[in-house]
Amino acid sequence: MAEILRTVQVHGVDLFGPLLWPLVWVVLKVVLLLAPVLFIVTYITLAERKVIGAMQVRPGPNRVGFFGVLQPLADAVKLIFKETILPEKADKGLFLLAPLLTLVPALLSWAVVPFSPELILANVNIGVLYILAISSLGAYGIIMAGWSSNSRYAFLGAMRSVAQMVSYEVSMGFTLIPVILLTGSLSLVDVVEHQRTWWNIIPLAPMFFIYFISVVAETNRTPFDLPEAEPELVAGFFTEYSAMSAGLFLMGEYANIVLVSFLGALVFLGGWLPPVSWLSFIPGLIWLGVKAGFLMFVFLWIRATFPRYRYDQLMRLGWKVFLPVSLAWIFLTGLMLQLTQGVGGG
Amino acid sequence: MMVADMIFYLFAALTVLAALGVVGSPNPVHSVLFLVLAFFSTAGLFVLIGAEFLAAILVMVYMGAVAILFLFVVMMLDVDFARLRHEGVRYLPIGLTVGAVMLMELGLMVAHHRLDHGTVATNTVDNTFAIGQALYTRYLYPFEVASLILLVALIGAVALTHRERKHVRRQDIAKQLARTREDAVELRKVVSGEGAS
Repeated sequence: MAEILRTVQVHGVDLFGPLLWPLVWVVLKVVLLLAPVLFIVTYITLAERKVIGAMQVRPGPNRVGFFGVLQPLADAVKLIFKETILPEKADKGLFLLAPLLTLVPALLSWAVVPFSPELILANVNIGVLYILAISSLGAYGIIMAGWSSNSRYAFLGAMRSVAQMVSYEVSMGFTLIPVILLTGSLSLVDVVEHQRTWWNIIPLAPMFFIYFISVVAETNRTPFDLPEAEPELVAGFFTEYSAMSAGLFLMGEYANIVLVSFLGALVFLGGWLPPVSWLSFIPGLIWLGVKAGFLMFVFLWIRATFPRYRYDQLMRLGWKVFLPVSLAWIFLTGLMLQLTQGVGGG
Repeated sequence: MMVADMIFYLFAALTVLAALGVVGSPNPVHSVLFLVLAFFSTAGLFVLIGAEFLAAILVMVYMGAVAILFLFVVMMLDVDFARLRHEGVRYLPIGLTVGAVMLMELGLMVAHHRLDHGTVATNTVDNTFAIGQALYTRYLYPFEVASLILLVALIGAVALTHRERKHVRRQDIAKQLARTREDAVELRKVVSGEGAS
């Protein structure tokens, strides 16, 4: 691996010159990272339809390609060739910018997601914080979409959605703090390596469940998909969007699902570490994929199982249940650490 | 020119342009969005001097929470944009005065403190750790006082908005859950032509 990298570096400098090569190299790395991510994002849409189909005892899409494997491509072609409708009274600039602002933060976060101790685009020492910060930007795309559409349904949907995202971001952030306390570092690589003795889900099981429910709410998925509750709000914040601009919102949503699944696998389920040491002949990348894949499956499973929450119930759950419980766990974790190892000195 | 310098000028220019957009744009919602852009490019500048913890906190607190609330308030306001543009000139003297005072303060600060410390963080000490150490040892009391003030403000805001008022119906969860079929449904025998009174 290191050998190949060195050869690529040498040839790259020859080809592009020492000034241009670093830029080309960065772009190359970003493309290598985003291509598989976008592939997963595309195919989780198919997985969703197949899984829900199976749960409702029907085949799901099976006409395009073998077993329907080309369905996402057909959908993409359809979305691209449809007309993008700009509402007459919309704020045109913001209206077009909004879908990008939901997708881009979802992709930006991947910069700090480690796939193995070495395979990471930017090993910054505040990885967890970076992801929390970037994911808090996703709300802007939605609120801009709702406001610039100049439509009541879109505006109400955006208000709901942003209130929901802001509320659940708090509890999601608070569930990660005990992990940071245990690890003593904000770096995601350290967080995973610290789970060698046991995975974080063992001491922090309630935090894992709160984390998962919070991210389901944060990504606006069923049973918390109130922003697009179709009987009340048509389609919520993207009522006025059509063709690929609506497609970008959906891509942003799925990219977020994939991201939070990977984050959950890294932070609570031991990332690339095998569950027992004699299974370590299987590469870490596969372990990470299996764990994240399982969490993504749970997202789809939940969607096929639960009915939608009522909005006041959703807010109550976030602020009056998750927030106090996660705060109490932060306190408890700190207390246990102080008693067992005396972290005072740092 | 180094790549880092180029990025610095890019972010600096973006910050200044966004700040001009905040005061210059006729639509208040655009102003808030420009403010968000200014926050973001400032965070970029923080990253460049190696203060990535501050950058992340800036994005999380100011962009993720404060500016969102601004946006909520501004979007809910029913404003007449044409009149607002007209009135902008009236507040120009106040704005200029505040600006001048802040510029003077900034000048004094630069004159009295050496600002050529180079980068804020060193490679040996993690700057998250350094900030924590400074806040919880040297600045412990100011830090605790600040958090107390925030707590008071928080409780004050809740107390102001959440008080019981006449003619405002409030949801009582316990009451909703305690409702039984016997309380809610009543079976009546209605005689034809008389109605259920």
